[in-house]
Amino acid sequence: MIRVVLPPHLRTLARVPGEVTLDVAGGKQVTRAAVLDALEARYPMLRGTIRDHVTAQRRPFLRFFACAQDLTHQPADTPLPAAVAEGAEPFLVIGAIAGG
Amino acid sequence: MSAVRVLVGTRKGAFVLTSDGKRGRWAVSGPHFAGWEIYHMKGSPADPDRLYASQTSGWFGQVIQRSCDGGKTWETPGGGVTTQPGQMPKGESNQFVYDVSPQTGKPLTTHQWYDGTQHPWEFKRVWHLEPSLTDPDTVYAGVEDAGLFRTSDGGTTWQELAGLRGHGTGPKWQPGAGGMCLHTILLDPRNPKRMYVAISAAGAFRTNDGGKTWRPINRGLHSQYIPEPTAEVGHCVHRIALHPSRPNVLFMQKHWDVMRSDDGGDSWREVSGNLPTDFGFVIDVHAHEPETVYVVPIKSDAEHYPPDGKLRVYRSRKGGNEWEALTKGLPQRDCYVNVLRDAMCVDSLEPCGVYFGTTGGQVYASADGGDSWAPIVRDLPAVLSVEVQALP
Repeated sequence: MIRVVLPPHLRTLARVPGEVTLDVAGGKQVTRAAVLDALEARYPMLRGTIRDHVTAQRRPFLRFFACAQDLTHQPADTPLPAAVAEGAEPFLVIGAIAGG
Repeated sequence: MSAVRVLVGTRKGAFVLTSDGKRGRWAVSGPHFAGWEIYHMKGSPADPDRLYASQTSGWFGQVIQRSCDGGKTWETPGGGVTTQPGQMPKGESNQFVYDVSPQTGKPLTTHQWYDGTQHPWEFKRVWHLEPSLTDPDTVYAGVEDAGLFRTSDGGTTWQELAGLRGHGTGPKWQPGAGGMCLHTILLDPRNPKRMYVAISAAGAFRTNDGGKTWRPINRGLHSQYIPEPTAEVGHCVHRIALHPSRPNVLFMQKHWDVMRSDDGGDSWREVSGNLPTDFGFVIDVHAHEPETVYVVPIKSDAEHYPPDGKLRVYRSRKGGNEWEALTKGLPQRDCYVNVLRDAMCVDSLEPCGVYFGTTGGQVYASADGGDSWAPIVRDLPAVLSVEVQALP
């Protein structure tokens, strides 16, 4: 079970009150791409809000954190930390602090 | 008793203002989609309870929202509630992908950038949603970077009408200060094949075949800020309006200049007349008087607020040139708000109601054709768009 924490605006859009839990294939080799695939399959309204519809590239003002690490610039097919794969720690989608 | 519903898009959410036909007492609903930019909301003329909203964010991109109950509840058309066990919606409603196929468009992928180089088209947001006059499931979307999309399934999927970008002048289009946006879509009520669009900073364009082919309609425009002031394209058109009974007559608020065309855009002439300044963003036409036109003069392209700190709507009853200031109920000192291009509208009641919203968060209404004004609300976030529906 993977735990995902979304920024407030995406929680509102997906109509989820708190953490999202997802079953993601891959065992201990769960990747960011697999987590986002599962997230968007469960919540289709999130498609395009985290990754570009076509290129699947991260939107510029979003970051991915987990286990006190910034994973943003790791390739999308890099395995996530074991604590995330085991559900001990959440995978965080963060909106950059950029005013507004 | 008829009723009125005003749809207000702001920098931080959407608001729905409702009143009876007297338009004196108002109820305010919102914010909907709190914290998101709502560039535009508009209802279907064929089904007034069908509303569409453009919800956007610099962080999270574009979302299209749809309501089938007049704004009480909303859904993302392609990615909302499933109706069958195990069914998974495809989540396509927010997807705007430019058509570069050789079959339906031309493989046009660049436009002019600020430095004069060619730059790829990049989708940023939907500025304007224009529902079909006859079909609640058909809507046109004007987007940044400038392009025109259409849905015929209630917003679930969107397809580009690529003939606009591909007609030939696209590589000469360039962004204005607000981005390269297609912000105006006018549907001809007498000819379903004809529509007009306007783009900053490219100009106005017309199709006579339902969007397959397009031509620029900018003859008569004169813009000092481009190298060739009378060029075929490059003009920063801010807004166009028409009266449904006379769709060949168009009124335009350009970056500078208020313009008029009596031949469906084939030629334009200036009708700024005695306006204190002919810079501005909004323009609209009285619901029952095709020669009565409204603008809100703004001081200049460098100072986006009313001249002399006085918020004045100007009305011409003669189709331009002769304008009168409408000030009753509007602030006449220390007012430095702007009125953005999609933030004025008229209702179809008698007398005609006129509405506009400001970047200071006020939405003003006149229930007497502009003779007098009163704020419906004073302290919303900056207003991006105002539309009104007269309901039975």
